[in-house]
Amino acid sequence: MTAARKPRVALFATCLADTLYPETAKAVLRLLERLGCEVDFPLGQTCCGQMHYNTGYRDEALPLARRYAEVFDGYDYVVAPSGSCAGMVREIHPGLCGPSSAVERTYELSEFLVDVLGVTDVGAYFPHKVTYHPTCHSLRMLGVGDRPLRLLREVRGLELVELPQAEQCCGFGGTFALKNAETSTAMLADKMRCVQHTGAQVLTAGDNSCLMHIGGGLSRLRTGVRAVHLAEILASTEEHPWVATP
Amino acid sequence: MGRNPVTWLGSPTFPRAARTALGDTQLRTNLRKATTTIRAKRARAVAELADWERLRRAGEAIKNDVLANLDTYLVRLEEAVTARGGVVHWARDAEEANRIVFDLARAKGADEVVKVKSMATAEIGLNEYLRARGVRPVETDLAELIVQLGNDRPSHILVPAIHRNRSEIKEIFSRAMAEPPDSDDPRVLAEAARRHLRRRFLSAKVAVSGANFAVADTGSVVVVESEGNGRMCLTLPETLITVMGIEKLVPTWRDLEVFLQLLPRSSTAERMNPYTSVWTGVTPGDGPGEFHLVLLDNGRTATLADEVGRQALRCIRCSACLNVCPVYERTGGQAYGSVYPGPIGAILAPQLAGDMTDKQAASLPYASSLCGACYEVCPVRINIPEALTHLRARAVEARPKHTAEALAMSSAGWVFRDPRRYEAAQRAGSLSRFLAGSDGTIKRLPWPGSKWTSTRDVPAVPKESFRMWWRRNRG
Repeated sequence: MTAARKPRVALFATCLADTLYPETAKAVLRLLERLGCEVDFPLGQTCCGQMHYNTGYRDEALPLARRYAEVFDGYDYVVAPSGSCAGMVREIHPGLCGPSSAVERTYELSEFLVDVLGVTDVGAYFPHKVTYHPTCHSLRMLGVGDRPLRLLREVRGLELVELPQAEQCCGFGGTFALKNAETSTAMLADKMRCVQHTGAQVLTAGDNSCLMHIGGGLSRLRTGVRAVHLAEILASTEEHPWVATP
Repeated sequence: MGRNPVTWLGSPTFPRAARTALGDTQLRTNLRKATTTIRAKRARAVAELADWERLRRAGEAIKNDVLANLDTYLVRLEEAVTARGGVVHWARDAEEANRIVFDLARAKGADEVVKVKSMATAEIGLNEYLRARGVRPVETDLAELIVQLGNDRPSHILVPAIHRNRSEIKEIFSRAMAEPPDSDDPRVLAEAARRHLRRRFLSAKVAVSGANFAVADTGSVVVVESEGNGRMCLTLPETLITVMGIEKLVPTWRDLEVFLQLLPRSSTAERMNPYTSVWTGVTPGDGPGEFHLVLLDNGRTATLADEVGRQALRCIRCSACLNVCPVYERTGGQAYGSVYPGPIGAILAPQLAGDMTDKQAASLPYASSLCGACYEVCPVRINIPEALTHLRARAVEARPKHTAEALAMSSAGWVFRDPRRYEAAQRAGSLSRFLAGSDGTIKRLPWPGSKWTSTRDVPAVPKESFRMWWRRNRG
């Protein structure tokens, strides 16, 4: 990347982070600014429409996809802290309402850091034992590969431990967690067993949705393992360390 | 026309059937063991081929060509089979196909037919049809025999008895066989089955088979199997009746090369399957003297009309998608209430049944977390997640518009369409903090949120959303 002009990045917080996990969105903002981006948060943004689309309500998803293309038009890049929402935008939006510059410039956070900014060492400090769950849409829909792991390996103080059967779905699946609650819970139970087996203090992933599911289970069982979004780990530094929010 | 029996009549919807399966710890243990083993073996077998991706794309392209030109290829097949002394029958639905088979068996005076495992005949409920009319169908595939003797239903495409372990099998055999096995040693069990079946092979006058492939150019029909029992069925009886879905065609003999690599590695994780039987019409003095090919539609033409859904017809029944599916691994195949379980069943069964107003059929496309593992392994690149969401949209269209879910979805859509309404909803949601405990999480929500909080905490909506923070600090 040439340093001639700061890239203008629009932060697509996703409705989930905006509403339930604002610390994740703040972390993306801090991180991207630290890495020399000019970050904007267009207030017209709401939701990518994934919940509607995946549950079969296409007519409800369509205006949201159109809104996305309008709101994020004109930026150099759009960055989302979610493989799932970025996947929805890149893979599904064009089929719903045609191609748009906003869709073409949309990146999941780890893709943007590694592919666009060309960094793996983002100057982070996070002195905890961490295991990483590659969420299904990051892994299979977007194909982010080992980018999150390459970023995590460069974090000072962080001890990375491998998650057994990492590539198995955690059982969230959007409305699947409600429509097939028992099956979802059975999948969650196995995922939690794997997480606890690692002895990690922190479980991280690139999607708050899966973290909400696994973290909600870990919290219910009082395991003491915290679910923390990848962005919050990467934003954490010695000067401004990550602080657990309730 | 009666109800298309591709889904088992009266089966509960997937979530209800899954609940039963999830409570069966023996079933879950059997399934986990079996799928974990086959998953690892498949990955190794596939990794051996440097051109696997190209093979997948070739398989996809050949099948797409077949589907796009099905009319031409089917007529070509009929001509080739007829020219070699076979007889071709066309069946629009299960009833027609069943009647054709029954009439042929009766014309031969057979009160018993031997069968090589066939998904098509399971799909149309042929066994039940024949039994009701006094003809005894005898399954000769070992796993299918276990299911039949146990008065059970299959739970896997390739391994119908995957949900049974060997001590359960010994019990089933002991109850049903003249010479019961004296231990649950696999070799003893296999020997008991062999003795049991040998008598049937030698006495049967009529055999019924399915087909993995048929070659349009030559009229050759192909069955791929592991045990050799299929070959006994295909060669010993005087009359052979093959029931085949119309999509099982390949244009030329050369095209088989692609599928004979894709299928065994994907299904049994073998480089090549032990038995590949090919027959073309009849040959005097060798094998059956009469050959009938029943070409079965049963919802396939209607499926073909659906631009997204039709890709399910590329399926070669390898069952790789079942073996990697995290939902199938927990629930087993019977929860799908259909002869086609797992991810492929979730998109194929509702389409073949052709009735999205049926609650059970409409529940199947939702029996997935959309994790995409099935698409990753599919040897003919069926984009199952895409088809699942497509069929969910069809299910929603077929449902009444005033369900609680539809109302929740349309009000959520209304909120998301306008940032002001959205922010107002965030502010209202932050009232949920009053439901939270001292740790900031909510342990119990009213229905339908209770479906979440029965096993998971949920964070309360924070006082300040990100957008409120942004406006306060950066706006």
